Amino acid sequence: MSVLEFLKSFLEFCAHNRAQVSALFLEHLWLVGVSMLLAVLIGLPLGILVTRHPRWNRPILGSANVVQTIPSLALFGFLLPAPWLGERADRLAIAALTLYALLPIIQNTCTGILGVDPAVREAARGMGMTDRQMLFQVELPLAMGVILAGVRVATVITVGVATIAAAIGAGGLGEFIFRGLAMVDNRVILAGAVPAALMALAADFLLGRLEHRLRQTS
Amino acid sequence: MSAPSSDDRVIEFRHVSYRLDGGRELLSDLGLEIRRGETLVLLGRSGSGKTTSLKLINRLLVPSAGEVLVEGRATTAWDAIELRRHIGYVIQDVGLFPHFTIERNVGLVPRLEGWPPARIRARVEELLQLVGLEPARFLSRYPRELSGGQRQRVGVARALASDPPLLLMDEPFGALDPLTRAEIQEEFLALQCRLRKTVVFVTHDMREALLLGTRIALMEVGKLVGVYSPEEFLRSPDPLVTAYVAAFRNADAGLNRGRP
Repeated sequence: MSVLEFLKSFLEFCAHNRAQVSALFLEHLWLVGVSMLLAVLIGLPLGILVTRHPRWNRPILGSANVVQTIPSLALFGFLLPAPWLGERADRLAIAALTLYALLPIIQNTCTGILGVDPAVREAARGMGMTDRQMLFQVELPLAMGVILAGVRVATVITVGVATIAAAIGAGGLGEFIFRGLAMVDNRVILAGAVPAALMALAADFLLGRLEHRLRQTS
Repeated sequence: MSAPSSDDRVIEFRHVSYRLDGGRELLSDLGLEIRRGETLVLLGRSGSGKTTSLKLINRLLVPSAGEVLVEGRATTAWDAIELRRHIGYVIQDVGLFPHFTIERNVGLVPRLEGWPPARIRARVEELLQLVGLEPARFLSRYPRELSGGQRQRVGVARALASDPPLLLMDEPFGALDPLTRAEIQEEFLALQCRLRKTVVFVTHDMREALLLGTRIALMEVGKLVGVYSPEEFLRSPDPLVTAYVAAFRNADAGLNRGRP
């Protein structure tokens, strides 16, 4: 089969199954979106905490690092016996994806805040800003570009890792990939892989533009 | 007659020492009084404890021993935020907020203090005029669009924003080129003539100390050598002072090189 023939047959397969492709795409997007939202809600405060209390640096960044080293498939397996989480596959998948996304967010929050010009910090303190005012008016706005870069990296990783969620029955574009592997049909694998890659590229592009705009104003 | 004299002392160092956690002493047994309306210059070389002394006044640092009184009250008895908003602070690196316009930078403390926007705006314009920057041209600019001298003028305007009676200046003109520095020194003198703030000014430049200071406190390795009026300083027989004067005379001699 030539490349062109294969491409034609792949597109035909997608067209034929477009309802399922778009359903799985949306499911995938949902898994990634919820996980990223949770990861930001958890990672940002943890990153701030680390800058305030350096002794938390090792335990927090260390654990996030350890999580990253666990192979993703194993991480889904590890969480299976967890009480409430193990009851539903999507809960489990979201928990695992969130844990995976934490490291870049915590790390960049910390780097971004510590990277604020010491003179700006000293002036802010010397003029009588409270810790809270300093955080919200000075540190976070100035660190936002770096923090967003972390969110961007985390999102791209999560789109990829989320394909494995299908292995525990959480759905998403991974379903096509696993099915294709079982059927030894490249068209089916690509019906999952190509939309996932497009999603990752789109997320990278959009977050990149946002980051660029924020860096320009700061 | 003790009441008026104690009222006259705006800042007072009483046997103040400051030690780092590691035990190194940066300041030992400093005793110093700063009077209302004067410009007291802390003169000394790097590591003499000038900046440390300054930061003890607005409680960016807390003494290891002794106490610093601001308007009769120990800095540790003040609410740190209230104390700092009561004292203008200008540093060499200026520390303008890069993500704020000049207007927001200068109006920062009034905004923190909850002034109404119209009053902040009027105050910011007044201050920019005061430091020689045309408000219409500068209000909506960002710090990165300004030259070093303009930035430091904004830094001074920002420190004066809520009209604090006290002003701390840590080598504010040290990073400027000599011509801009001379200009801004003159402007500072003119400004101080009008405003009569109590200023504590840190520098290692004897010429600047003589030009701007009402009194000069000479420091060396964490100790106070003495406090002098500019005239006394030039006449002092203290070996450290004469060494200073000699060093600057030598620099001046350089100006005459190659002349008949």
